Amino acid sequence: MIIAVASGKGGTGKTTVAVNLALSMKDDCNVQFLDCDVEEPNAHIFLKPVIKEQNKGYIPVPEIDEAKCNFCGKCSKICVYNAIAVLPPQNFKKGTTLVFNNLCHGCGACSNLCPQNAIKEVHKEIGIIEKGDSDNIDFIHGRLNVGEAMALPLIRKIKKNISLEKIAIIDAPPGTSCPVVASVKDSDYTILVTEPTPFGLNDLILAAGLVKKLKIPFGVVINRSDIGNREVEEYCQKENIPVLMKIPFSKDIAISYSKGIPVIETFPKYIVHFQEIFNKIKDFTSNV
Amino acid sequence: MKICVTSEGNNLDSKVDYRFGRCQYYIIVDTDTMEFEAIMNSNLEAMGGVGIQSAQLVASKQAKAVITGNVGPNAFQTLQAAGIEIFTGASGTVKETIEKYGKGELSSVSSPSVGSKAGMPNKNK
Repeated sequence: MIIAVASGKGGTGKTTVAVNLALSMKDDCNVQFLDCDVEEPNAHIFLKPVIKEQNKGYIPVPEIDEAKCNFCGKCSKICVYNAIAVLPPQNFKKGTTLVFNNLCHGCGACSNLCPQNAIKEVHKEIGIIEKGDSDNIDFIHGRLNVGEAMALPLIRKIKKNISLEKIAIIDAPPGTSCPVVASVKDSDYTILVTEPTPFGLNDLILAAGLVKKLKIPFGVVINRSDIGNREVEEYCQKENIPVLMKIPFSKDIAISYSKGIPVIETFPKYIVHFQEIFNKIKDFTSNV
Repeated sequence: MKICVTSEGNNLDSKVDYRFGRCQYYIIVDTDTMEFEAIMNSNLEAMGGVGIQSAQLVASKQAKAVITGNVGPNAFQTLQAAGIEIFTGASGTVKETIEKYGKGELSSVSSPSVGSKAGMPNKNK
């Protein structure tokens, strides 16, 4: 089973929920933890895995064989990301074809469709994938190189490690853009973590729209539940979205977080609550 | 000689558009005859890479120089590869700009004048 933890708004507590859920389940089932927030992975701070394997992540980018290129311009026209400029020869000036690697999404259209067979794909390193163990939990995360814009290939590579016999918990990036879609896609259930503020509600509505479109069943965890207003709860009620858990605003939780200590270690009473979330999810997904 | 001026409108009395990749029109003028062609920028709403697209367009029109307000890094690289001279910091109407260019009052640049995405609609307008 795959459970993704996403949020819309950043800083609501995705990693807190994902990490503590994993830790609360690890004695009863085989748990995999996948931190797909490759731009800013942080679950390792809490899970402290022993990294046993490091692999580089690449995307294919085009390399032009200038000897074969006849400047027909097809590659430039088909590239939806405008990553190739073809400048045919003009008035004694030699023609040239420029590749902008930072715009390339690695789709392969140019190399596949070049009539001259003048484009080959070369690997461009975009980050690394690290695998390890954290006390009975399989841990996998990716780190995107600083300045790199293409997170998706790295996220897909992390997700290739999912083993369906295990419970895979995915810590997704914030927001509702492509990296989030790539992270939550194919999950059996998505937990949306939010906070009871206007900003939290606004982004929850966006995130709920995303998972609805992907037809993934989902529920909400309200973090810092005793601040702000009641609008998030009213929204969930109106939309029939289950509220899986409420975590109160607590200085002690914040202190524990700031030291990289999971909530359940400081407050073991939360283990039961996180186990309840898992049981609810099992119920929801078995009834589908 | 043909040059390209980025413009807010489709004629020589229009104001110079300060953006290269996301300008409204490209005015391609023959400085000898003052005959011109106004090309509407179809990349205006594109997500990214518009400077590259626009530079290819300008090159395909055989313009030898581009006069605009600002040019970003990708457009700069493409224009340079095409051997097109780049003049930034232009203001006033297209016609005034061409006159200044004719008198040699504009100076060309050897590096991009703004960073990536500077011409995005919500950034400069």
